[in-house]
Amino acid sequence: MIRSALSDATIRWTIAGFLVLALVGTLFPNWILNNTMFGLAYGLAVLGLLLLWRTGLVSFGHALYFGMGAYAVALLERYTGATDIVMRLGAAMTVAGGTGFVLGFVLRHYRGIFFAMLSMAFSMVLYGVLVKTEALGSTDGFSVSQTTILGWQPQSKYPLFLAIVGLCVIATTGVQLYLHSALGHLTTSVRDNEIRVEYLGYSVATAIHVKYVISAALAGVAGGVMAMALGQVDPDSMVNWTVSGELVFITIMAGPGSVVAPFIGAITFEFLRTFAFELAPHAWQLIVGGTLLGIIFFMPEGLWSLTRLISRKREKVR
Amino acid sequence: MRKKTLKNGLKMLALSVFTGVSVLASPSLAADSIKVAVVSFLTGPAAGPFGVPGRNGAELVIDAINEGAMPAPYGSAGFGGLKLEAIFADESGGNAKQVAEYRNLVEKQGVDAVLGYISSGSCLSIAPVAEELKTLTVMSVCGTPRLFEDSDWKYTFRTQAHAVGDSVAAALYIRDQLDDVKSYNGINQNYAWGQDSWKFFDIAMQKLIPGTTASDNPQFPQIFSGQYGTEISTLLLEDSDLIHSSFWDGDIEAFVLQASVRGFFQKKRFISVAGASAVDNLGKRFPEGTVIGTRGEFGILVRDREGELNEWFINAYRERYGVYPLESSYQYAQSVLALKAAMDKASADNGAAPDTDQIISAMTGLDFTSLAGDVSFALGKGHQAIHAVGYGITAWDDEKDKPTVTNVKIYPAHCILPPAGQLSEDWLAAGMPGSDC
Repeated sequence: MIRSALSDATIRWTIAGFLVLALVGTLFPNWILNNTMFGLAYGLAVLGLLLLWRTGLVSFGHALYFGMGAYAVALLERYTGATDIVMRLGAAMTVAGGTGFVLGFVLRHYRGIFFAMLSMAFSMVLYGVLVKTEALGSTDGFSVSQTTILGWQPQSKYPLFLAIVGLCVIATTGVQLYLHSALGHLTTSVRDNEIRVEYLGYSVATAIHVKYVISAALAGVAGGVMAMALGQVDPDSMVNWTVSGELVFITIMAGPGSVVAPFIGAITFEFLRTFAFELAPHAWQLIVGGTLLGIIFFMPEGLWSLTRLISRKREKVR
Repeated sequence: MRKKTLKNGLKMLALSVFTGVSVLASPSLAADSIKVAVVSFLTGPAAGPFGVPGRNGAELVIDAINEGAMPAPYGSAGFGGLKLEAIFADESGGNAKQVAEYRNLVEKQGVDAVLGYISSGSCLSIAPVAEELKTLTVMSVCGTPRLFEDSDWKYTFRTQAHAVGDSVAAALYIRDQLDDVKSYNGINQNYAWGQDSWKFFDIAMQKLIPGTTASDNPQFPQIFSGQYGTEISTLLLEDSDLIHSSFWDGDIEAFVLQASVRGFFQKKRFISVAGASAVDNLGKRFPEGTVIGTRGEFGILVRDREGELNEWFINAYRERYGVYPLESSYQYAQSVLALKAAMDKASADNGAAPDTDQIISAMTGLDFTSLAGDVSFALGKGHQAIHAVGYGITAWDDEKDKPTVTNVKIYPAHCILPPAGQLSEDWLAAGMPGSDC
């Protein structure tokens, strides 16, 4: 299993890339560490969206799972006092994955705009419930205390960062392996011609359902990671449709080219936003939106197409 | 602190290559200054009525103190002798975003202290992070008493009295000035500030004016929702005499405009706890005869009040920004004055430029003079300020062609706020012992 995984060049490069990030992370001041963690969290959710996108589906409602993951972490602490990373992420993944499994029975029958809007409707139901319920923190949300790792309370941010990087390695490797499995190979085929896939003897509905559950679980973990890195959950920054929009924004910005692209896209987005916020506190949204326009116009395949540009140049030199 | 900034700056430069973003290194501080972030809503529906006037109030007073141009007792130049370098940041985007930005302000931009915050949601989520990052944070506007009643904070202070004062003063004003109130209802935003305001107002009314009845259907629309058609219908259909609202930001303007065209203000008495910004922004479209508060001796309530500091502030503000200072201008200026008073005291006690711990111990329990009234950090173990709160009734001044208020009544702090060590809800439930107004 491990050997076959390592025979995949993408996986080897991904692991190497994350290892470098983990090493360089020791030099990071806290603010870079924080923003990178936020980026990695978004990256995990976008990785799930990428799976759906390759199937030709765009979900405008993954903030549902992102928010569920984040609130699972916050509520777990509130009602049981648990702050351990394994319990937190386990709760986030189970709640989001479970909900995704149930909603998947409905959503797997829809395509295109109907799929996008229906998923958004589900996410806004959760948003409405959270905002109106005082016991769930209403619009204020909750603070989340610092994460313990197997009973140990780290004094700096780095151990959490390392754990998140490790999680990203597992997630990308898993998704890459899935894409190369029989079910995974159906991804683009479903997009291109559903009827042929059915004739080959595969169930399109099941294929989509599996992808949907994986993407929901990833978004849940992402929300959990975000809650831990940030120390705060609230409906407007975690469950509102604008968050779903941000995730789609990053997916487009990153491009569907590779399982690493979401992380590059998300980290770039996080830093872009931070600097825009600092340079233009009155008009930072303009900078962020302008950048997306620029990317759509000049790099329709997203940031990932930059790497292809580089490798093409290398081939020319050869 | 300064060393940390420099180190961060160097690391930032080295790492900008890796992160793929070019970085303008933050200028290292001169030895005689401190860097303070001023956070308020600069975008969105709260920017016009609250965020920008607040930012301007802070900017005006900071510049004047840096130059030594303030009247007494703040005539000395600088904050404990140090120049204050202010950077302005946006409060929009939700609590989680604010927490992320707070971390950036402290860890990336290397600010020594943070001042501001308007929304109670922001304050509740920032306080634990301020503690974690050990950064002095002076909150300016937010109102929920939970901030210091649910927890003790070392690094967080608040220069604005909490929502109990506004609610009790509102009930006192109704008792003293309106004699025909038999029943009341409320429309408040569904978050900490709105929920608290209604709850405290309701208890205070029951204690102060026995025999009045509260509606069993108070309205709680979402903050920044901007559309109140259904709520206005509901309020009009029932027979409460008086409607209480703690709306602020653009919501109060939207509500007033939408309610006016339906004859709401002819049928109901209306008390607005924090909507004075709308009186100035809407001008003649704001209904006369509305009870209006500014959560202290701020804004339109003290516009004609004499006093060197107050007159200087109003004139300097009008000269620089072309409009009258609003409630939030006073509230932000009050936070700056608290910092000035504490840093002056700390540097007098310790000689050199004071560090964060010295400023904190100077600020704890401090009494200081604000623009139009006195303030003391009496609650929350010396971290929560108390001060008087006033109300008045809106009217139009034909001579000067501007809005004004009549029947202004100011209630001193001991009448409207619990004594130190007692929780607000207990104090209200016990019938507000010690309140003799």
